[in-house]
Amino acid sequence: MYKYDTYDQAMVDTRVEEFRDQVRRRIDGHLTEDQFKPLRLMNGLYLQLHAYMLRVAIPYGTLSSAQMRVLGDIADRYDRGYGHFTTRQNIQYNWIKLEDTPDLLGELAKVEMHAIQTSGNCIRNISSDQFAGAAADEVTDPRPYAELLRQWSSFHPEFTTLPRKFKIAVIASKIDRAAMRLHDIGIEIVRNDAGEFGAAFYVGGGMGRTPMIGPLINGFVPLDQLITYSEACLRVYNRFGRRDNKYKARIKILVHEIGAAEYTRLVEAEFAHLLAQGIEPPLAELARISENFADMAFEVGAPGDVDRSDPDFALWLDRNTHAHKAPGYAIVTISLKPVGGIPGDASADQIRLMADLARDYSFDELRVTHAQNIVLPHVRKADLHALWTALDGAGLSTPNLDTIGDIIACPGLDYCSLANARSIPLAQKISQRFAARQEEIGELKLKISGCINACGHHHAGHIGILGVDKRGTENYQLLLGGSEAADTSLGKITGPGFDEDGIVDAIERATDLYLTRRADGERFLDTYRRLGMEPFKEAIYG
Amino acid sequence: MKVLTGNDLKSGDVVWWDGAAWSRHVVDAVDVFDQADTILAREQAARRVNAAYAIEATRDAQGVRPAHIKDRIRALGPTVRPDLTLKPADPDAGNWVI
Repeated sequence: MYKYDTYDQAMVDTRVEEFRDQVRRRIDGHLTEDQFKPLRLMNGLYLQLHAYMLRVAIPYGTLSSAQMRVLGDIADRYDRGYGHFTTRQNIQYNWIKLEDTPDLLGELAKVEMHAIQTSGNCIRNISSDQFAGAAADEVTDPRPYAELLRQWSSFHPEFTTLPRKFKIAVIASKIDRAAMRLHDIGIEIVRNDAGEFGAAFYVGGGMGRTPMIGPLINGFVPLDQLITYSEACLRVYNRFGRRDNKYKARIKILVHEIGAAEYTRLVEAEFAHLLAQGIEPPLAELARISENFADMAFEVGAPGDVDRSDPDFALWLDRNTHAHKAPGYAIVTISLKPVGGIPGDASADQIRLMADLARDYSFDELRVTHAQNIVLPHVRKADLHALWTALDGAGLSTPNLDTIGDIIACPGLDYCSLANARSIPLAQKISQRFAARQEEIGELKLKISGCINACGHHHAGHIGILGVDKRGTENYQLLLGGSEAADTSLGKITGPGFDEDGIVDAIERATDLYLTRRADGERFLDTYRRLGMEPFKEAIYG
Repeated sequence: MKVLTGNDLKSGDVVWWDGAAWSRHVVDAVDVFDQADTILAREQAARRVNAAYAIEATRDAQGVRPAHIKDRIRALGPTVRPDLTLKPADPDAGNWVI
């Protein structure tokens, strides 16, 4: 875990007091809403359908148990007893009072957290692989680089008023668990034939109303030039990105309009200019940061055998655990998708329980995934049954990871002022309809967005659903064939949309076709890619 | 009819113009006819409401019903958390939204 130094703490504490003064001036009338709105957004405070909503940053999705416990306490003290984990690896509270916000931010600051840069046209929270530092398949731990980028991008004076918001993901594994190529900048830490580490830069990806897969613009940037190259990418965007139309202002539009080759040429020219200025932090700083991400004191010779005699436990083991780099350990993913539940929501008690379980079983660490689940990254296999038992008692043992029940859903029209249709009721109906068949169907990533902004990643779902407003009523478009893994692809719309019940029936017809036509070992996505859209359209529309 | 809605500045609660003040209950909303801009300017300047706007609505046997589903959800609360709506004891309250 990264620990704040005195500069980090002073910056965050100062910001809390600055915002306390801004809130006071808004309430007493010295600031109008037009003046205040950009200030509250800089501190992650939105005004949503029912109340103010606070988005708290969780850097690269990593939390200590102490931080998680405070998130649970905040849910009780300042909200209505729950929080919502988001597709940006953050947490949102839906019922915040403006006058309480400075005190809430003060509580966060005590555990080295804040809500800065969770809104606005700036570099947002850096996201990463939720298995970082634990995965058996990574070439190195990406978190020190994510942290270096976080420090560089925090309060960066040149990039606080970009043409639009800017999202960066960092991974270090060929298996992309962070939707890396669907970010403004996706960085993959790679190792070359000489054994040296570098960064592959994919720039210009994104979802939203114009989804694009980021092209590779440089396959190997030496890590002692990581910040300089990132700065060059941002500078070119800041200079040439469109500001005349917010719907064409993301970097993906710039890269698309001028072409990846020309964008790369501009970046390389700027990079050469910046190299001469010597802006790269000294390697000693990266070394200092890296010390905070050293391996845990894993038990040597930890037993690797697990008693699988309880079938419910065995199913959960197969679905919700992954290989760890240390023998005798496993990575555990806690599904926040109970059958019929609200994806990503957790009660204050559940949040505190997960904090306690991280303390007892996972070296005090948790991760938030972009799929709205929670990870305990370092669990001894010998402790898995005890952990599962504790989770089961709190409704947190749903064995559905990466199945049709593990749905990503944005808050939708139940909470979000931008949404056109509700997402959560659909997720609830789908998870209920398919609960008994999810094992038979196998891996199927279903993602729902309540509007074209695509917070629910519908473009990247094996099955995606987009809610639209059709003459004042909710209507849902169905997409097939998306993926946000290493085989990134964008889903295609099947045809005319459906009402709330009709879309669930349509999904059932699509999965029935898959079950009938799949070849050995094929996932839903594989069968779709082999067969193409036509047989699915025929099955869906008849 | 045309009614006014917004959010309470301090709490963020959804509120409706009842002709003299801001109510938490859409049933209290009144038709402002052609006075929307005047009332909104006065009330926002006085910081009695935030981000207020005018919407179309109808009045039926159940009271005032906003024309758009978004405002009906604002009026009731999240349909997926009946316990957090203004009618937590009414299991059919969500039907009014649809």
